[in-house]
Amino acid sequence: MDWKKYVFVLIITIAIFATSFYISAYFNNKRTAEMRAIENKISLDLLSSETQFSLLSEASCKDIGKASVLSTEINTLAEKLSYMEEKFGKLNEEVLDLKKYYSLLEIKDYLLMKRVSAKCGVTPTSMLYFYSNAGDCALCEQTGYVLTYLTQQHPQIRVYSFDYNIDLSAVKTLIAMFKIKNTLPAVVIGEDVHYGVSDLAGFEKAIPTLKDLEKQKAAEKPAEVKK
Amino acid sequence: MDFNVSQAIIYILMFISLYFEIFLLVTFFEGTKKITENDDSGIDYKTVTIFVPCFNEEKTVIATIESLLDLDYPKDKLSIFVIDDGSTDGTWNVVQQFKNNPQIFLFKKENGGKWTALNLGLQHAQSELVGCLDADSFVDKCALKNIVKRFADKNVMAVTPAIRVHNPRTLIQIMQKAEYTLSMFIRFVFALLGSIFIAPGPFSIFKKEVFDKLGSYRHAHNTEDLEIALRMQTHGMKIDNAHDAFVYTVTPRTVRLLFRQRLRWIHGFLENMLDYRRLLFKKRHGNLSLFILPAAIISIFSALYFATVIVHHIIMTMIQKISEFSAINFKFNFQNWAIDWFYLHTESLFVLSVVLGALTISLILMGKYLADRKISFSKDVLFFILFYSFLAPWWLAKAVYNTLLSRKTAWR
Repeated sequence: MDWKKYVFVLIITIAIFATSFYISAYFNNKRTAEMRAIENKISLDLLSSETQFSLLSEASCKDIGKASVLSTEINTLAEKLSYMEEKFGKLNEEVLDLKKYYSLLEIKDYLLMKRVSAKCGVTPTSMLYFYSNAGDCALCEQTGYVLTYLTQQHPQIRVYSFDYNIDLSAVKTLIAMFKIKNTLPAVVIGEDVHYGVSDLAGFEKAIPTLKDLEKQKAAEKPAEVKK
Repeated sequence: MDFNVSQAIIYILMFISLYFEIFLLVTFFEGTKKITENDDSGIDYKTVTIFVPCFNEEKTVIATIESLLDLDYPKDKLSIFVIDDGSTDGTWNVVQQFKNNPQIFLFKKENGGKWTALNLGLQHAQSELVGCLDADSFVDKCALKNIVKRFADKNVMAVTPAIRVHNPRTLIQIMQKAEYTLSMFIRFVFALLGSIFIAPGPFSIFKKEVFDKLGSYRHAHNTEDLEIALRMQTHGMKIDNAHDAFVYTVTPRTVRLLFRQRLRWIHGFLENMLDYRRLLFKKRHGNLSLFILPAAIISIFSALYFATVIVHHIIMTMIQKISEFSAINFKFNFQNWAIDWFYLHTESLFVLSVVLGALTISLILMGKYLADRKISFSKDVLFFILFYSFLAPWWLAKAVYNTLLSRKTAWR
């Protein structure tokens, strides 16, 4: 038996294993860096909007509306965060850190939009969504999927999603404010809290303006050219 | 990253699989000099008897015999025993056309299985070498000459050929073409390691003294070719491989037929391993005992484990997708399909799977090089990649099940 060959092959195999772990770690770091970059950008935009709002109290509602932050970027961030959570695990410290920051950004945007709507008299279709991934919410995944679908179909819908169990005082305050019970999923629309809504029909019932948005969307589509 | 027992098992099995494939590749590159060795001068043309056991082979047996008669080998040194193992079709009638050929001897017996037909041949053979050619296989003109050359090494007691698929037509046969190419590579490397543990039915040639010393063929769970090789290894007899001795065999055309054949092979392997468990982990039996056989056993269970994990993953994903689509009234959401590098699979397990897949393909390509001295990626390799890993777990699972319950498998 050629023991040297056995050892040589062992070294090659370990090297391939180590390389695979390195490649994985490299891309994970790149992902985290991208997440941080998106969060920083949103944070900057938020700060800019708040500053603009404070400076130009006489600014036209049109201008403020344009400056609002909750763009598709925050939805993209949510999707990426959810992906990272799935891949690295919900207990991963990096993921938890990113999630806390994301939750804070959401609350800030939510407050800013409340001020904008009070000033301009518009009622944006926004909702607070409380979920849990601690294994005690069978419908949360489905509800999350419906909400993703809704925001993709109607970018003007603002969904602020929060992990019910996150260790963040700001989120705990929000839960206390709306008296959210631990029977998730829970969705706050206006001042009403809806529990267990997990399909499209349920959301259509809970958000009366959804049908108007559908009609608006249909009207925006270019008319077919008759030949 | 959450790390659980299932992942730990996957990593361990991945490591073993990777180690095994790299080991084969390193051994192959060590032995490349052997590939081009081709010295026809001074061949000691030994006397050879080839047994052609047949059971209902009226359609192919004539071509099989004619391929033997066409061998580039001295006619006075080659005898052919056609042994009809109680055929119920016209096999006995069609072989009568050779009754006056001085090289051919016809035998007829009651049906008792291939091993009994071979033993009848052994009783009558007087030659230095003996071998078998299944009645659905055909030999290349130079096959016997290239095999006999290997007996120049006095320690060699048997030589296995390079088996190729005869005229592959169906998708299943084309897929098997790549599989046989891989087997060609593996047999070449196993020979370098002194670890061949199957002497395939089609045209493995033995010194007659092997049977004189070890006894005749046994039923051996319908895998007598595996058992005889294991018996030889137990007695320290060397088995070589002639990678340039081509034999063409008819392979199963359909999934059902392939399943039955593989079930017999794998079940036979497991049963014989139980019978020859004393061969395992004994230093005196070298690579075969300490590495090749344990790796072959592990490969069966790791293939089953990977298949279970993948099937579970597919089922769970389908359930999730159906529940998601039902939640949005089955409306397709194309916006989800945008490509973003962020979502690319870069987990270490995925990277390792890609490396493992690439290594498997490279082993097949090395087999192609061995056979044809050229490397080409053809559709047989593609079909092998696409279908084989989905089919193999079925017969592996059934073979393990049958072994656990001591169930017998049928020849056909």
